[in-house]
Amino acid sequence: MEIRVDHITRVEGHGNILASLENGRLKQAIFEVVEANRFFEGFMRGRDWEEVAHLATRICGICAVSHCYASLTATEAALGIEVSKQTKLLRRLTMNAEQISSHALHVYFLAAPDFLRLQSVIPLIQKSPETVARAFRLKKTGYDMGEVVLGRHTHPVAAVPGGFTLMPKLSEISAVRERLVALRPDLEATVELCKTLEVPAFERETEYVSLRQPDHYAWIGGDIVSSDGSSVTAENYRDAIQEYVVTHSTAKHVKWTRDAYRVGALSRVNNNWKQLRPEAQGAMKALGLKPPMHNPYLNTVAQVIELIHCVEDSISACAQILNEGLQEEDIVIKPRPGRGVGVVEAPRGLLIHDYTYDERGRLTKANCTIPTGMNYANLDREMQALLPTVADQPKDEVQRLLEMLVRAYDPCISCSVH
Amino acid sequence: MADKPRVAFFDFACCEGCQLTVLSIGMPLVTLLQHVDVVTWREALSEKSDQFDIAVIEGSISRDSDVARLKAIREKAKVVVALGACATLGGVQGQGNLFNRDELRALVYGDAYSSVAGSELGKQWIFEASEVRPISFEIQVDINIHGCPINADEFVAVMENVLVGRPYRQPNEAVCYECKLNQYECVYDRGEICLGPVTRCGCNAICTSKGHRCFGCRGLMDEVNLHAAKDVLQEHGLRLDDILGMFRMYSLRAEPEKKIAEAEEKPRKAEPWRFGSTTSPV
Repeated sequence: MEIRVDHITRVEGHGNILASLENGRLKQAIFEVVEANRFFEGFMRGRDWEEVAHLATRICGICAVSHCYASLTATEAALGIEVSKQTKLLRRLTMNAEQISSHALHVYFLAAPDFLRLQSVIPLIQKSPETVARAFRLKKTGYDMGEVVLGRHTHPVAAVPGGFTLMPKLSEISAVRERLVALRPDLEATVELCKTLEVPAFERETEYVSLRQPDHYAWIGGDIVSSDGSSVTAENYRDAIQEYVVTHSTAKHVKWTRDAYRVGALSRVNNNWKQLRPEAQGAMKALGLKPPMHNPYLNTVAQVIELIHCVEDSISACAQILNEGLQEEDIVIKPRPGRGVGVVEAPRGLLIHDYTYDERGRLTKANCTIPTGMNYANLDREMQALLPTVADQPKDEVQRLLEMLVRAYDPCISCSVH
Repeated sequence: MADKPRVAFFDFACCEGCQLTVLSIGMPLVTLLQHVDVVTWREALSEKSDQFDIAVIEGSISRDSDVARLKAIREKAKVVVALGACATLGGVQGQGNLFNRDELRALVYGDAYSSVAGSELGKQWIFEASEVRPISFEIQVDINIHGCPINADEFVAVMENVLVGRPYRQPNEAVCYECKLNQYECVYDRGEICLGPVTRCGCNAICTSKGHRCFGCRGLMDEVNLHAAKDVLQEHGLRLDDILGMFRMYSLRAEPEKKIAEAEEKPRKAEPWRFGSTTSPV
């Protein structure tokens, strides 16, 4: 059996599936990444510290906020900038916004059609308009939340080294809070939808990598931890995480303790589920999810769990902002030479920006390690493990299961190549 | 019902943020979808077709091997819409043209590239990279929707015009124009610098609305006086290489150095032209 999918659909960017079986035995199964390199790490050099995040956020259209914060925290670490409690709170709110927007996009528009055996969400506009309206409501609420604080979700305007150029109005935060509260029935309906999904029965234990904070579900900063028990600080990520080139991908592959690991919602939930909001843990119980989960297709369901967590955490964050008010802050920054590493959990997983600046505050060196890039080695191995187990199925079904597996990673391909 | 116009989305080197912006329009997009058939949209749909009337293309061209796919799209489409700064200007990655491509490849791919550079293995497809250019360098573009990312309202307006067969007038005023209409504080009045006076509007001054400056993502407006802009920036203490760096971020292909030099050669009045002055620009 030979399967070739050129430019797999309903993912961000360009990638191909190449898979073949001979007499029921695996011959080949790889995900070929054919996206053009844009050389961000090269052309950002020479730019001023205050321009770098403007460029770096443009690595990705879906997870622009994550790139923005990975970039800003790297620059802040290099220049020795401490941000205020207020800035951290607004960053937490907008990281939630991105997860809500991105997860809603993936769960409803990109992944759900597979489970329903549809080509896309378009047939649902006629068949189940309420589902489509709900999908847009979830996605747009996340998107608009980002807009209130950042001026724009893709690409953020107001987030700069040290804080924000302008504070949102409290009336806008209040309106966001109301819209978030109004999403609760949509979240319940999403959990109900999950119950009806037929998740392919396939398990493969792997190494799950994510950030970890001692006292909250980590989105920005913290140590990098592996389910194999290792842990490394952000600054020392290079002691652990190795990038390498393979001949079937313009994006580099990445490994740590084993030959491949996985990042993203499934890894975060597996590693940090005890820090999820009670509402999200309640949904896990209702769906019968017990970490560690080894079914790769469950990443989409893990995103639903995070969707609930992020909405509830944002409602709390809005309440805190409304209670404490927002003050415009004066940001005074003096450039200095140095290196800084910024780590965040993008919707698709751990994201690392590593910058070095000279004495004038010009970027001299940059390395960005992207979650989807980290996942490719694991995806290849997972396809190789899956294929022999479904060798007796018709070709169409095997192709569907492979495409679904790729989509379960929610790959952001142009981002991974950058 | 008569056949609806068939729309197809395509992309080349970019972040796909402009297509995402289209997806984020929300319910108005559902309304728009009732007037067209979206027959190909890799990012959102699995349906695929080679028959389409309107091609919406995001991304820049940065590999010679991509040109054939781009030209094939042009041949099939009645209308080509370039979506976003990468397609219309080359995008931020255009700055890569300022560097040696071998050095960029060695930087990103390390030894895997350095050890094979110059040999046959160095020509593997994974390493392919050529000059970054907007799609208009390879095919005829009917409508440009500028911006990094695009303004969703402009996308809807363009589609409305295309659907009723009305020509679309691209905004050709400075961002200052929209900034003033919105009564935002002038960035220069805050003692900071801004590319608003030379940048094509249409974004509703979104960056200055949030207290930031304009980075010029919609490119230079036509008939721009870069020389005067350079003078203003120099008055604010910037050095020429900083100024060129600002102009180059999005408009490298518009050759800002050349435009400054051209303006230099023409006779000028003693006072540099400023936005809002009654004398016309050079």
